Amino acid sequence: MKSFNYERASAPEGAIHAGAAKGAKFLAGGTNLVDLMKYGIESPSTLVDINHLELKQVVANPDGGVIIDALVRNSDLADHPLIKTQYPLLSQALLSGASPQLRNMATTGGNLMQRTRCYYFTDVNFPACNKRAPGSGCAAIKGYNRIHAVLGQTDKGSTSGESCIATNPSDMNVAMAALGAKIEVEGPKGKRTISFADFHKLPGATPWIETALRPDELIIAVTLPPAKFAKNAYYLKARDRNSYAFALISVAAGLEMDGDTIKSAGLALGGVAHKPWRNLEAEKALAGKATSPEVFRRAAEIMLRDAKGYEHNTFKIEMAKQGVVRALTLASLGTSETQGTSEGTQA
Amino acid sequence: MMADTAPTPAKQLDHRYEGIAKVTGKAKYAAEFSQPFPKANLAYAYIVQSTIPNGTIASVDRYAADLAPGVIAILTPFNAPKLAQGPPQPPARRNLSLLQDKDVHYNGQPIAVVVAKSLNEAKAAARLLTIKYVTKPAQVSFRERPGDARWPKNPGKEPAGNHRGDVQAGFAKSAVVIEQTYVTPIQHHNPMEPHATIAWWEGEKLNVYDATQYISGVKMSLAKTLDIPVDYVRVINPVVGGGFGSKGSMWSHVPLCAMAAKATGRPVKLVLEREQMFGPVGGRPSTVNKIKLGASADGKLLAMQHDVIMNASAMEDFTEHSAGPTKNLYMSESNSVTEKVVEVNLGVSTFMRAPGEAPGTAALEIAMDELAEKLKMDPVQFRLVNYAENDPSHDRPWTDKHLRECYSQAAERFGWSKRSATPGSVTEGNALIGYGMATATYPANRSAAQAVVRMLPGGRMFVGSGTQDLGTGTYTIMAQQAASGLGIDPSLVEVKLGDSTLPKAPVSGGSQSSASVLPAIQDATTQLKLKLADLAIADIASPLHGLKTLDIEIKEGKLFNKNNPSQADSLADLIARNGNKPVEAMGSAEPSESKDSMTSTSWGAVFAEVAVDKDTHMVKVRRVVGTYDIGTLLNKKTGLNQLVGGIVWSISFALHEEAHIDPVYGRVVNESLAEYHVPVNADIGAIDVTVLNIPDIKFNPIGSRGIGEIGITGAAAAVANAIYNATGKRVREYPITPDKIMAARGLA
Ligand SMILES: Cc1cc2nc3c(=O)[nH]c(=O)nc-3n(C[C@H](O)[C@H](O)[C@H](O)COP(=O)(O)OP(=O)(O)OC[C@H]3O[C@@H](n4cnc5c(N)ncnc54)[C@H](O)[C@@H]3O)c2cc1C
Ligand code: SF4
Repeated sequence: MKSFNYERASAPEGAIHAGAAKGAKFLAGGTNLVDLMKYGIESPSTLVDINHLELKQVVANPDGGVIIDALVRNSDLADHPLIKTQYPLLSQALLSGASPQLRNMATTGGNLMQRTRCYYFTDVNFPACNKRAPGSGCAAIKGYNRIHAVLGQTDKGSTSGESCIATNPSDMNVAMAALGAKIEVEGPKGKRTISFADFHKLPGATPWIETALRPDELIIAVTLPPAKFAKNAYYLKARDRNSYAFALISVAAGLEMDGDTIKSAGLALGGVAHKPWRNLEAEKALAGKATSPEVFRRAAEIMLRDAKGYEHNTFKIEMAKQGVVRALTLASLGTSETQGTSEGTQA
Repeated sequence: MMADTAPTPAKQLDHRYEGIAKVTGKAKYAAEFSQPFPKANLAYAYIVQSTIPNGTIASVDRYAADLAPGVIAILTPFNAPKLAQGPPQPPARRNLSLLQDKDVHYNGQPIAVVVAKSLNEAKAAARLLTIKYVTKPAQVSFRERPGDARWPKNPGKEPAGNHRGDVQAGFAKSAVVIEQTYVTPIQHHNPMEPHATIAWWEGEKLNVYDATQYISGVKMSLAKTLDIPVDYVRVINPVVGGGFGSKGSMWSHVPLCAMAAKATGRPVKLVLEREQMFGPVGGRPSTVNKIKLGASADGKLLAMQHDVIMNASAMEDFTEHSAGPTKNLYMSESNSVTEKVVEVNLGVSTFMRAPGEAPGTAALEIAMDELAEKLKMDPVQFRLVNYAENDPSHDRPWTDKHLRECYSQAAERFGWSKRSATPGSVTEGNALIGYGMATATYPANRSAAQAVVRMLPGGRMFVGSGTQDLGTGTYTIMAQQAASGLGIDPSLVEVKLGDSTLPKAPVSGGSQSSASVLPAIQDATTQLKLKLADLAIADIASPLHGLKTLDIEIKEGKLFNKNNPSQADSLADLIARNGNKPVEAMGSAEPSESKDSMTSTSWGAVFAEVAVDKDTHMVKVRRVVGTYDIGTLLNKKTGLNQLVGGIVWSISFALHEEAHIDPVYGRVVNESLAEYHVPVNADIGAIDVTVLNIPDIKFNPIGSRGIGEIGITGAAAAVANAIYNATGKRVREYPITPDKIMAARGLA
């Protein structure tokens, strides 16, 4: 590990000031950043420890929604009464992620910002990775790409400086995308609000730029709009073991029901793209329809339209479709108490 | 001497001998010692690994690294001391990477060592080295290259080819034939405790704390490698955090640590990082098993053919005998097996828990399930029809075999009779439910061993042997064995192992430690009894003074006259009168003569129930029931624990574990425990294990056959067969991940 400066911030202003230094990084739970520092992938000049900021509340928003502070731990968020009752989709997604120990450390802001698990990104001994070393190429395209993207990736060949087929590994983000969250940030130039859809970016021609957050901006909070899907929500996660594994594919499905008819839907996929994958067309195709396997299947087809697989991950396309149908079906049957626990998501 | 009747079982300890020391943190693992050298001198070594799969090192630019803070020395192929490497040592003829040449054979090979005042400084400096290579084309995969398969150079104990009868004739007259290919992946052992060494020199003498399964092996190998007398090396290792075969041979980091200690004149600690354990310390090779089975209409096996190809490192051959079970698990009229290797630029393969039998049963036992189905026979019935009364591969008897009872007892407890023979016919909600079974088997091994025992003051006893405890219970059963010799309580025994100054014992591998070491302790206690009797006879103050040795019996801490039990002396008094001087005896034992006229093998029957989700295709192993015939169960806690742990490994084999190799660079891509999947608690359902506990006294006087490895055999196939029974989908490539189940063709 390289040497670095350590600063502990006690207020957001101080954190933002310290974070403006060249090469500075915010340290939240550290469960992603510290690993990447040990692997030699991140080498911040200064670590600005934000764990002491008073940004640890979950509160009802006067607009009917909820405000989640950036330093709320994943386990606290999942267990918060407001979230459990109003936004069970988010609770389920959080509980399906990582392990209890990690969730006790991981924060809302850190989870939003966690980086890809692409093997070629996390091992500096692979020479080609545009995200880690811009312009070096993408080893994943001709490599072992089972955990990689099938939607929205940039593939101009393994040697192109623009290519990247990595995925965003977060579960929380998938639920927040389906819920239509917004992100409140603050930097030296002031505050702004970023919609969830704009926060994470597709690789485009600059795979090393992952979010709309500027390096000197601090995430203050995530806001959720008034809850629509409390009664009909399901987070489905297919993975290689029953806990403590990243999603092969995941589906966040929320339905606003009127009898058997879908009034509105929130739908997002994880494990398939560089960002939580949302397609408003699929949500529109569900709205106003009576629930049926055909309707769900059509939404699944729209979600996976133009998907392109690689040697080891083509299965994700069909698996994601099956997952969408299953998640929508279960959501339509009503949110159940056990969902999000290992019994709930498993047979 | 071999007893004719079953031995009286030793009194068992209820708890692990070293359990409290472990859970309170007092037990010291190899890397945790900070004595007897001056702690302040301790330096830290970090291994630098190659980043190409094949080629030579052209240059190492060390300028920046040399100037980095804390750096004491950097050893590279350009400056490392030249070694007069002696001939290779058993148990594995390892071709080590000791900076003696500039060749690179695989991605991840040790190519330099940085020594610094702290680990962080060593690692930071290592990143500053600029290494240039001349690369050569590399081969990193083997499955698509069957044409390159060749016979292994050192197949080991078993030949790589074996033929009995005429398989072609057998297939020709078979009513039913199946032919399929079953694939098992590359796996890495990943014991909880990584490989670790602390080395320090005292003049010409070398001491090491080393995380190893074989202290005497490391001692001999270090002496040969460094060209010093064997007696100059001492290896200490009181507890081991698992080894599973990867610590069965000495790997490069051990001599590299000793070389670094010599070069710097300091004690040096070298601990492998988790990601350094995917290559430089061995792994189980991938096996591609082509299996063809033929049977008569009434289910008698007429021919079994099993041809294997596997990857072998360009550095060294290793044969995973996955065709082993095909030779003798069932009685077939004929069989033919071959095992060949294809060279790749990967790290060396080695023994991994149940080498041969783990992948072998994983493959063969699916094939047996497929054939049973084709015959429309119950899988258990099919196995009973082909029960091997004798060892067909050597045409000789077993020392003992009660596999029939294993099948019937486990089937009963599991509720096998409730199985639906129609795949895909049982559902519960969104899950498909299935039952599967398989046979477990692992050979019983035994080697020469020595032990020392001492009668101590206060009725206490000491037992020592240069064996190892990998967390398996060696301490516990040594205490029990020593105590039973004198008929005292095992809690009165002090045990010492894991120090090469103790009498020699074999590698703790091949499930042989108890079968080897306990008979040596038994012999030592027999000698001790004679000495104690003689001491009493010669002691005028003893009530037994003047009796004949043969008349004296020792039990429950007392010596007494067999003909007049009230005439007695206590061991504590005897030693007290002896000026509290301990009485010592040595013992040794080696495999009996029956070794070549009989075959000793452990057996088991294992049943599994799975639930497979229809949409996510995820598998939950709800329960596993196994019954094993392993001879005498020496200690309930440590013995059953190994079987249960073995079954967890086998579930891992079935569903989770695989090292993925990048097809271009030949590096393991998932070299961390986040991405190299092993089961977590949520993956493991109920595991119900019993043993028959019938002593095999033709194998050894204690009657125990070893228990460490058999648990990982069979259960993987039981899970695979259960998945088929649940879904109607046959997945023939391990691990059986959700994508493979989704992709497999179901029944029409
Ligand atoms: C073994 C393992 C398994 C895991 N499995 C899963 C899983 O199944 N599902 C899943 O979703 N996740 C999983 N995770 C990832 C885990 O959720 C993330 O590591 C965690 O959410 C990161 O949060 P943190 O607070 O620890 O972030 P940190 O590591 O502290 O920070 C991560 C990044 O966010 C930045 N950051 C943090 N807070 C702010 C802020 N307020 N403003 C601006 N930038 C900020 C940091 O500078 C850094 O760049 C796993 C992690 C591990 C190690
Ligand atoms: S997929 Fe993206 S992160 Fe992975 S190697 Fe390619 S460029 Fe790097």
